[in-house]
Amino acid sequence: MEFRIDSASRVPIYRQLTTQFREGVARGKLLPDQRLPSVRELSRTLVVNPNTVAKAYTELERQGLLNTRPGLGVFVAHPKAEITQEVRRQRLEQSADQFLIDAVHLGFSAADAISSISERAAQFQWQPQRTG
Amino acid sequence: MDNVITTDRLTKYYGPQCVVDSVSLQVPRGSVYGLLGRNAAGKSTLIKMLLGMVHPSYGRATIFAEDASRLSPETRQRVAYLAEGHPLYRWMTVGQAVRFNRSFYSTFNDNLLEQILDHFELPPTAKIRRLSHGQRAQVSLALAVAQEPELLILDDPTLGLDTVVRRDFLESLIQIIQRKGRTILFSSHILGDVERVADRIGILVDGVLRVDCPTEHFKESIRKVVLEFDGPPPALPKEPPVAGLVNSRRVGNKLELVVVEFGDEHRRLAESLGPLSLEVLELNLEEAFIEYTRGPKRSLPIFVGDQPNDQSIVRQGVA
Repeated sequence: MEFRIDSASRVPIYRQLTTQFREGVARGKLLPDQRLPSVRELSRTLVVNPNTVAKAYTELERQGLLNTRPGLGVFVAHPKAEITQEVRRQRLEQSADQFLIDAVHLGFSAADAISSISERAAQFQWQPQRTG
Repeated sequence: MDNVITTDRLTKYYGPQCVVDSVSLQVPRGSVYGLLGRNAAGKSTLIKMLLGMVHPSYGRATIFAEDASRLSPETRQRVAYLAEGHPLYRWMTVGQAVRFNRSFYSTFNDNLLEQILDHFELPPTAKIRRLSHGQRAQVSLALAVAQEPELLILDDPTLGLDTVVRRDFLESLIQIIQRKGRTILFSSHILGDVERVADRIGILVDGVLRVDCPTEHFKESIRKVVLEFDGPPPALPKEPPVAGLVNSRRVGNKLELVVVEFGDEHRRLAESLGPLSLEVLELNLEEAFIEYTRGPKRSLPIFVGDQPNDQSIVRQGVA
């Protein structure tokens, strides 16, 4: 997966990188244990201060999304269930509500909105269904 | 954390005109500081004071803890300076410029220089006056980098360079940054480049350092608040003065406020004006910079001559 930055964006560069990383993982373009470019490599490719890349990687590591193996490099982490089921459910519902509000304002029917979700879900890499 | 550059209330008057007004800043070792400001904001004068080329009216600056107006030759060897316009002796060849430059720096790295000149396809026999602006910039940069400086001071290094040469230059800068311990201060007009490269930015407005903070803080803390009213917007209360207000202007029925560290007090103030709607927008670096440095908005005069019957248009159109 290629990282890209938009220098005219309103989003700070390090945040663009963390967002792309999370999207990459969600879409299955970045797989667990996949090696990421080093800070040096990425800063060279993107022509960006290495501190900015380091900041993004540090943030992702803090969130448990990647880990550093000394001497080996930076790797995508395995997904972990760290937050409670209740919190997970709440966050999912918040995201769903956002989507549904947009769909209503755009004039879609519930059935159309739901089938749009089903279609797009196929593009993503899902966890096996958990019981409970 | 030691500071490679410090300034303490650095000030310069040219006659009655204050060109640099009490500027205090620090650049820590290993960091990249981007100095921004409109033309004639005082950037070049500030930089020249850091190198002892201009003496301050008040205050002082230090480089590697030495007074900048009295730098020793040993300290000067640790600093590479790329002046505005990439000045080089036009009558020299590239090779002669190299020999001339090299003689001042004991750390001059011949291999590195050769690699860079090769990469840019600049033969030593080329006469400097025959080179394009972009090629002269490349020679200047090569000479500065080959000095293996601990501190690089660049005054508007990409001025006049085309997009490709500018990108080449940025890539060289990234490579320099990756060699730990190097410190860079550069001034620029290209906000996108500054955002990519600088750890910290400073914005000079009429000689005053109005912003001095980490690069992403500036973007993250500045917001444009747009208030819409059903008639001409009310004036902001003069007292108490609003903290963090960078700019305000009325555009038709809207009041636009540009604010740093937008918080609850700002929101309450905005709501107290009774707007129909209130929107809080983020800005990119260029937009934020313009808000800081533009001053009160003057609308451009409307050009006369849009009417279909206008004589001048009739005359213009006919071949």
